Amino acid sequence: MTAYTVTVAPEGRTFRCPDTKSILVGIEHNGGADAVQVGCRSGGCGVCRVEVLEGTYTAKRMSKAFCTDDDVAHGILLSCRAYPTSDLVVRPCPKPRDH
Amino acid sequence: MAMSGVLRPGHMQLKVLDLEESIDFYTNVVGLIQTGREGDRAYFKAWDERDHHSLVLRGAGEAGMDFFGFKVTDDATLAKLEADLNAYGVTTERIPAGDLLETGERVRFEIASGHQIELYSQKTAVGTPMGDTNPPPWCAAAEQGIAPIRMDHALLYGPDIEKVQALFVDVLGFYLVEHILLEDGETDLAIWLSCSTKAHDIAFVRNEEPGKLHHTAFLLESWEKVLRAADLMSMNQVSIDMGPTRHGVTRGTTIYAFDNSGNRFETFCGGYATYPDIPPITWTWDEVGPAVFYHDRQLNPAFLDVYT
Repeated sequence: MTAYTVTVAPEGRTFRCPDTKSILVGIEHNGGADAVQVGCRSGGCGVCRVEVLEGTYTAKRMSKAFCTDDDVAHGILLSCRAYPTSDLVVRPCPKPRDH
Repeated sequence: MAMSGVLRPGHMQLKVLDLEESIDFYTNVVGLIQTGREGDRAYFKAWDERDHHSLVLRGAGEAGMDFFGFKVTDDATLAKLEADLNAYGVTTERIPAGDLLETGERVRFEIASGHQIELYSQKTAVGTPMGDTNPPPWCAAAEQGIAPIRMDHALLYGPDIEKVQALFVDVLGFYLVEHILLEDGETDLAIWLSCSTKAHDIAFVRNEEPGKLHHTAFLLESWEKVLRAADLMSMNQVSIDMGPTRHGVTRGTTIYAFDNSGNRFETFCGGYATYPDIPPITWTWDEVGPAVFYHDRQLNPAFLDVYT
């Protein structure tokens, strides 16, 4: 297991996150449940959507209703489905709900 | 026959991100029995259910509900309810027999909350592993995974729930069992409706965004089995939303958790038996916390904000 530092912009709070847990769960397990909104933790509900500003990660499948392939290609993803492979800077990027 | 018309929830079709991963989840963690597979859909039943399936998974690349179906007494009842719906101003569509495996024609319609609801009368009774003659009380499948005894109900999120209630009560023969009021003391935040003696067969929470799923519920037999389900969730790294705890509404014991696509499911136990003549139970807005989670006495943010 390797751990990386994930910084949540713009406040700049930092969390040590193991590469065995998703970015979201890593943040949440280190007392950051208020830094990124926690939803289903399973790639379906969309509330933990973030933009990765710096760093690398691997991403598992996530709902296309919230992250299109183009979003993912531009570093916009659900933090519950991405695993850090370097230090990261992320910014919460919730998608407005359709009404 | 004392119970006729709409009998019970019969099937839920869920959208999942990855069908193969979800088949593994619902088989080995939830503990359902896979009964069929065609194309991008997989079919499941609980060990104590007789009909061919109660849960259908569809590989869709996103989460959410496609439709929720109720079984009705017979073909004549299906035709009558279809005519009643049409007379009420609801457009219906007949889905051909066999579109769902081992299932007859279904009457599908959209309700005011934006959900697709179905009625059907025929589904092959494949039976339980215990059989119908001199059956033992349970079977090996009853201990594999969480192993609920049935798919029990669903809670759906959408607008215009008073119109939904009117349709379910006036046309489909349901009755209101419990409701939670908003601050104005008149408008409902949430309604629990029954077509049986269960405390709910379907429930709705008022929500701006239409057609959303809060959870599909699976019935367990005891509080001890709810705790066992929680153990299995942690053993399998399942995302738990709330619980184990108790609902004020229905008095049921519960865990809310998420499947591997983010669809919330509930492992539910208990809930009282009720009858259509019993006056509805009312919860006021200032007691919404204990109404939903009786021990925490507050809503978690996910209750209102996280759905698929």
